Amino acid sequence: MEHLLNIFVKSIFIDNMVFAFFLGMCSFLAVSKTVKTSIGLGIAVVFVLLITTPVNFLVEHYILNKGALSWLGKGFADVDLSFLTFMVFIAVIAAMVQLVEMIVEKFSQSLYNSLGIFLPLIAVNCAILGASLFMQEREYQTLGEATVFGLGSGIGWMLAIVSVAAIREKLAYSNVPDPLKGLGITFILTGLMAIAFMGFMGIKL
Amino acid sequence: MSTKEKEPLFSAKNLRIFTAPLSKENPITVQVLGICSALAITVKLKPALVMALSVTIVVAVSNVVVAAMRKLIPERIRIIVQLVVIATMVILVDQSLKAFAFDVSKQLSVFVGLIITNCIIMGRLEAFAMANKPWPSFIDGLGNGAGYGIILIIVAFFRELLGSGTVYGYPVMTKLGFYSTGYHNNGLMILPPMALITVGIIIWVQRSRNKSLIEKK
Repeated sequence: MEHLLNIFVKSIFIDNMVFAFFLGMCSFLAVSKTVKTSIGLGIAVVFVLLITTPVNFLVEHYILNKGALSWLGKGFADVDLSFLTFMVFIAVIAAMVQLVEMIVEKFSQSLYNSLGIFLPLIAVNCAILGASLFMQEREYQTLGEATVFGLGSGIGWMLAIVSVAAIREKLAYSNVPDPLKGLGITFILTGLMAIAFMGFMGIKL
Repeated sequence: MSTKEKEPLFSAKNLRIFTAPLSKENPITVQVLGICSALAITVKLKPALVMALSVTIVVAVSNVVVAAMRKLIPERIRIIVQLVVIATMVILVDQSLKAFAFDVSKQLSVFVGLIITNCIIMGRLEAFAMANKPWPSFIDGLGNGAGYGIILIIVAFFRELLGSGTVYGYPVMTKLGFYSTGYHNNGLMILPPMALITVGIIIWVQRSRNKSLIEKK
């Protein structure tokens, strides 16, 4: 239990998707103009990460890894499909995003209305694919670890985008040098926030 | 174009397609595409160079493939088709890096895979390759790859020079005798936050030289 909690806290604060690895920056910069829309996108990202990371974990362990297909019979015992990882992961993500969109539309119209426009965008958000690839690279052993890691990364991403959006809203009233307006100051702002987040480094539960 | 005349391969128009992304329509500082990987792998020049090359190859080749198929791709499933084309190219690049440059491939870790979701590639496919012939698309891909590469190399140059005192692994600061005068490397430069701030400063410099890029609010 403590181990899972450790992964959770680590993926939110220390290995924050935005501040430590710069994943999902494109949509991060485009959407972080107002707090309201950034909360919408943040929730959608948490949702999709929570589903895709464990699904990709299962796909990796039961289909792609060397020898993972042995449940099909002896002849498959040394089939190694790991070179297909990227293609399968991105296909799983695209399919899951579509599925989530359909399920949300069916069961919660109000949630669909608020998330609707963001969901298709998420398929090409690098934070989603990034989380799956990190899950693979760090060799998480159980489904529980992968799920907790997915959830934590999502919450970390949401935390980042909502807090930067809040600062950008205030920034509209301040006097920024002309060439820095918009994109430039957002970069520097995110950099300063990243320095603040580095304060969490080294925390271990 | 209305005239049926055959266009020369290196016409002025094609040249403009190539040079525009280098400064005025730079994918990173103006179009705001492909930031993710640009920041994470710029600690040293070498991985940055390899990354710039990989992205250029992937964007140029997938531009050509998609431009050649543009009339066959049904509108509704175009994103999936584009993703498959990109993923194929990235798998090729990844496997060749693993075979011929294993060290660099280890340093780049997940970021090779993340070329798939690099918005430069999707963005160029959507904005250019779907509406143009293969040859201009190829040039557009090269141009955007180069524009991306320039920013990567500038950022990596400063981060490596100020952060570790080397340029492409060559110990410049030691050779120039800076350390004996009491100079120290700035450890902050190799940490993630400074990548963001360096790009911010590049944008600042670029926009104060070229006023037309300033965002009005």
